[in-house]
Amino acid sequence: MTAQAKIQLVDVHKSFGSKSVLDGVTVDIAAGESFVVIGGSGTGKSVMLKCILGLMRPDQGSILVDGEETVGMAARDRERVLKKFGMLFQGAALFDSLSVWENVAFGLIQGLRMDRRKAHDKAIEKLYQVGLGADVAKLSPAELSGGMQKRVALARAIAAEPEIIFFDEPTTGLDPIMADVINDLIVKCVKELGATAVSITHDMHSARKISDRMAMLYHGKLIWVGRTADVDRSDSAYVDQFIHGRADGPIKMELRR
Amino acid sequence: MNFLAAVGRVFLGFLEHTGRLSVFTVVALSHCVRPPIYHRLIGRQMMEIGYFSLPVVGLTAIFTGMVLALQSHTGFARFSAEGAVATVVVLSVTRELGPVLAGLMVAGRIGAAMAAEIGTMQVTEQVDALVTLSTNPFKYLVAPRIIAGLLMLPCLVLVADIIGVFGGFLVGVYQLGYNPATYLHSSWEYLKPIDVISGLVKASVFGFVISLMGCYNGYHSRGGAQGVGQATTNAVVSASILILTSNYILTALFFNK
Repeated sequence: MTAQAKIQLVDVHKSFGSKSVLDGVTVDIAAGESFVVIGGSGTGKSVMLKCILGLMRPDQGSILVDGEETVGMAARDRERVLKKFGMLFQGAALFDSLSVWENVAFGLIQGLRMDRRKAHDKAIEKLYQVGLGADVAKLSPAELSGGMQKRVALARAIAAEPEIIFFDEPTTGLDPIMADVINDLIVKCVKELGATAVSITHDMHSARKISDRMAMLYHGKLIWVGRTADVDRSDSAYVDQFIHGRADGPIKMELRR
Repeated sequence: MNFLAAVGRVFLGFLEHTGRLSVFTVVALSHCVRPPIYHRLIGRQMMEIGYFSLPVVGLTAIFTGMVLALQSHTGFARFSAEGAVATVVVLSVTRELGPVLAGLMVAGRIGAAMAAEIGTMQVTEQVDALVTLSTNPFKYLVAPRIIAGLLMLPCLVLVADIIGVFGGFLVGVYQLGYNPATYLHSSWEYLKPIDVISGLVKASVFGFVISLMGCYNGYHSRGGAQGVGQATTNAVVSASILILTSNYILTALFFNK
């Protein structure tokens, strides 16, 4: 497994002040697989993704992408490694000052130095791929609904045909039908690109639909890692409570009265 | 003991803030001179800072020149020195009031806008999105604003100087009854290149300070709308204080003989 791993996390720790968010996370993600990290809000899922992307630096541990150590990497090398990634942010994170097509083509123009006309055509092609017509290309992101913004963000994430795609809460804030549309698009786009996908979500329907393997993050540790088909037979009371959304169980919500 | 701890905390906070600002400044300046340079973005910022600030700076300058002429005339009349009004107006406007007032007005207009825009991008993950699209936020967001600020403030101040002196001329000639030719002659007679040049150098420094504080506060804003609001306030207040402080230092360097 280790030899073919696309992404490897080894004993990754990250704290904010006295609060430990990642506490020795170790996992291998194979090339071409769709890996989903589930867990409650504030359990460190987004921090884990940001550490892999280099947006945050872990306090301790090692993160390898294609066998290359990325922790403490020089800025130029980081830029090179980031060209392998695409990311769909939770709130879409579209650039307000740019039109829809400029958002989709951003990585092509700025990162890959593609000619604007070519990048425009490619952006339109990617918009079609996520079910949006050329008529939205010139609109501003603020003129789109939440579901359309997510689709534009997905088009932007896949525009440069990355080897690895991250999805941060891809269905949050969407109605069930639109959430399922996004799930289908994720599966289709990842399959077409042959990319490695890492998603974080607490939407179990989405997690089951888009993943090959799952892991559950709780109190900064991956308490269970396994095939999606096995999640209902995890033998973990924590996983059981989470996937069935029960208030009773070992996971206690921190409520202050 | 608590008092000493509080003083220590404030002092450590100050040192941390100063260190962070120093690092930010060095990184931002290094991106201003290293390729790639985003000419399109610099042009857009130059329009925003220079062209769109013209009305507010022009209005400030003309009324300042008019008030200056009026106040100088009534003050100098007490010791029969009305002949010095034109000289006082032109020297005050070019050396001090032009650059300082233009700087303060632009700090309110542009510094706040920069902090709000970059701050909003920061809290909505748009800055993280830039990184994942292989684009350095310093190069894309900060450097164009700093270069535009450095270049456009002197242009604005040159216009403010002309409009301010013209305001004084209007009041002097049409309200106070000075001879136009004599007023203009007095204005030119004692004006030296250093008076204008010092004002333009100050303007360039103020432009740098405004852009830097706008970008720095926006870049480090956290916590949603409240954080962005705080960053905007901090940007304007810190830029205004730094403008007044650096104005004294520059005046002492230029004219303290």
